[in-house]
Amino acid sequence: MGFDWLMLAEVSFAGLGSGGLYALAGLAFVLIYKATRVVNLAIGEMLMMGAYFFFAATSGMGWPIWIGIIAAVIGSGILGAVIERLLIRPMLGEAPISVFMITVGLASILVGAVELIWGADQLRLPDFMPSDTVLIGEAMVSPKIFYGFLAATALIAGVLLVFRFWRGGVALRATASDQAAAYSMGIDVPRVFSLTWVVASMVAAIAGIIVGSISSLSPTMGVFGLSVLVVVIVGGLDSVPGALVGGLLVGLVESWTGTYLGGEFKLLATFLLLVLILMVRPYGLFGTHEIERL
Amino acid sequence: MPGPTANPILEIENVTLAFGGVTALNGVSFEVAPGTITSVIGPNGAGKTSLFNTISGFYRPNAGHIRFRGDEITRLAAPLRAKLGLARTFQNIALFRGMTVLDNIKLGRHCHLHSGVLDALFYYGRARREEIRLRADIEEHVIDFLEIDHIRHAPVAALSYGLQKRVEMARALAMQPQVLMLDEPVAGMNREETEDMARFILDVREEWSITVLMVEHDMGMVMDISDHVVVLNFGEVIAEGAPADVQADPEVIRAYLGSGNVEDLRCKLRQAREAA
Amino acid sequence: MRIGSAKETYSQDEALFDSRTKRVWLGVLALGLLAFPFVASQYWLYLACLVAINVASATGLNILTGYTGQVSLGQAAFMGVGAYAVAVLEKQLGTPILLNLLGAGGAAMLVGLVVGIPSLRVKGLYLAIATIAASFILHFVFANWTRVTGGTAGLNVPPATIFGLALDTEFRLYWLIVPLTVLMLAGAANLFRTRIGRAFIAIRDRDISAEVLGIPLLRYKLLSFGLSSFYAGVAGGLWAYFFRSVTPESFPLLMSIFFLAAIIVGGMGSILGGILGAVFMTLVPEVLKLMVGWLPNASEAMVFLAPVRTIVFGVLIVGFLIFEPHGLAEIWRRVRRFFHLWPFRS
Repeated sequence: MGFDWLMLAEVSFAGLGSGGLYALAGLAFVLIYKATRVVNLAIGEMLMMGAYFFFAATSGMGWPIWIGIIAAVIGSGILGAVIERLLIRPMLGEAPISVFMITVGLASILVGAVELIWGADQLRLPDFMPSDTVLIGEAMVSPKIFYGFLAATALIAGVLLVFRFWRGGVALRATASDQAAAYSMGIDVPRVFSLTWVVASMVAAIAGIIVGSISSLSPTMGVFGLSVLVVVIVGGLDSVPGALVGGLLVGLVESWTGTYLGGEFKLLATFLLLVLILMVRPYGLFGTHEIERL
Repeated sequence: MPGPTANPILEIENVTLAFGGVTALNGVSFEVAPGTITSVIGPNGAGKTSLFNTISGFYRPNAGHIRFRGDEITRLAAPLRAKLGLARTFQNIALFRGMTVLDNIKLGRHCHLHSGVLDALFYYGRARREEIRLRADIEEHVIDFLEIDHIRHAPVAALSYGLQKRVEMARALAMQPQVLMLDEPVAGMNREETEDMARFILDVREEWSITVLMVEHDMGMVMDISDHVVVLNFGEVIAEGAPADVQADPEVIRAYLGSGNVEDLRCKLRQAREAA
Repeated sequence: MRIGSAKETYSQDEALFDSRTKRVWLGVLALGLLAFPFVASQYWLYLACLVAINVASATGLNILTGYTGQVSLGQAAFMGVGAYAVAVLEKQLGTPILLNLLGAGGAAMLVGLVVGIPSLRVKGLYLAIATIAASFILHFVFANWTRVTGGTAGLNVPPATIFGLALDTEFRLYWLIVPLTVLMLAGAANLFRTRIGRAFIAIRDRDISAEVLGIPLLRYKLLSFGLSSFYAGVAGGLWAYFFRSVTPESFPLLMSIFFLAAIIVGGMGSILGGILGAVFMTLVPEVLKLMVGWLPNASEAMVFLAPVRTIVFGVLIVGFLIFEPHGLAEIWRRVRRFFHLWPFRS
């Protein structure tokens, strides 16, 4: 019996599938970093909020799926705006470690709030994706992962197109490179900040809904954020293509490790990848190198 | 160009420094005689601070040699150069804002102190003796000398610009240097502060026999106190010599004022003055 | 109102407690610490020991993050190394307590040095993330190196014994933990009166200039990592003797975040800040528990204790960072200034 190519293919597809979700969450992270230079450790918790909003809308209020998705996205957007205004804006100009710790505090607050409102038990989201097994050639792929990957890809493509061609995208890139210059060009910098957090939260919400559908909901869902951190470090904190490549790479690595070595090795492999990148290319595969002057 | 100095304390030989496509220094050569005040001048972007950073050890030159008292230091790590006796101040003040004036100055002596971690944790014994000795030495020789005793416990962030520059100098002096590199020591200072600083620099040379290498834009001060002037433009030495000679050098004037004909300009000015 | 304190010698000026008032208060504190175990209930003794362990670890983290500026989310993992070291030494070799604790510190220090090696290339938040990775890798080792660490079940720690007397009550453990913590605090305070401490602060404030001024960066960064993880190791060892059981879940990433929050809330870069922060963050959950206990339907409300604790934790971090970034130490300094200048306004 030769090497099981079929299993490798299936495991790889599963990895790419979850990689797509990592890429989506990574995109949300990079958007925030690109515009506001904030390393958002609460990204996993923002995903979680999207999933819980969806749960509240559908299972809680009994709304139809599509309304639920829209409600969750809007709710997350509002949450993102509130977070930016209350927690991030006051920290403008402070040391990066302080801003980083603000996101850590934020993560705690969100986790506690979720546990308070919905309890600590795992919850299931209503099924809304087709449930037949998908076949790619002879390889079987879990339908949720497949459709989740499709949704993620569509959303990423959408966001990329918008930023490429819309004036706001240019404003974002300008604000990211030089706030003072952007201000003097007439760009409303605070609005760019708000908008970024809103959009990033909405993207994270969709990623959260998909992730919540694949596994389950719980206040500890946010630990997903640690893998996302690896994704953006591998790809480069300020690089959108980096988030994509990084996402797929981390997805593959986790899937291969999980299947061939065992579940407990998954996080280890991810973090070893992180250490490797930090030693070899600290700014990530596509990130911009920061130069220090004396 | 002047001939070689006998036993120069610092020799820069054919130093070239390039970053990607930009050549910051191109074959720079000059010598610094011990006990002199040498100024490096030139328009903005000429490479003066890059030169200092290369001598300090922050940059490694792509080509060329730097010798300190005859010893090759081109590839030597920066902290070791400090230990040999190369001290410097920085163009944009690089004081440690989390410390007081006294602590900043004491930090200068770091590479010449000896207490280790265990001494430090225990303190009462070797570390304490060393600290008290250091304190006494700094008070007598540095703080008194630079007249900053009234601010010794002040956090440096609370000081005025002029005082901060003086504290930087104090810290450099605490390093017990043989060559003191001053990067724009009077930038942003008024007339009175500039004269005070010039006086300190001259006193430093007199009392401590320290060689001073200075980057400066204030031509008045440069010409007043320097023994030797080196002019950089676009990373190359375009003139070198006594202040008066350098001042009159047409290459130097062209570097600062542009490529017009200097003689024509002089005639025009003289005519305008006579007409007025 | 304090008019000013004239010093007549440099050694007076350099002293840690340089005024008579300070020395008197120090004496009062010392007497308080000595008398406390005789008057306190078991619950308060338990809290005191826990606070002391946290103060020791937070002080170690303060050396690395507060004073040297190297953000680390690995403090709990280093404590874990120390705790496991003590557990193994106590069970396999039965060596005396202080030796075990020294071994714990040493083991944690070695691990800390390894984790610190990338700190020259990798700075700021990248370093913080690298320490998160180190945390997870250590957790993996704790959970899977079953031969030494007992795997997911962990290890039970026999009580510390001194001259045959087993330290198995909070009262007895107090006399081990608190004096050691005081010693560690004194060491840290001394450190920052010497060139080593100054070098650390220089690295935090402007590391490139520090190098040009004569401080070898890698050596001192490693020193800071080593020292801070030594403190963590000893604190972890004390933890093991106190709780008597060590498992891979005893030192999660959340605990590292707790210590970072403690020094932020207390005030980074000040020994007092480390103490105040650790005390505050350890006592807040207990105070919350008390407050929930006073509510009318206490037993039902208890269910909400855990999430409320989490929320309060987050709010404290956010609140201090936004409103009082220099922490409790700064509030303390303001209060002191008020009393020094009273009846004049500041």
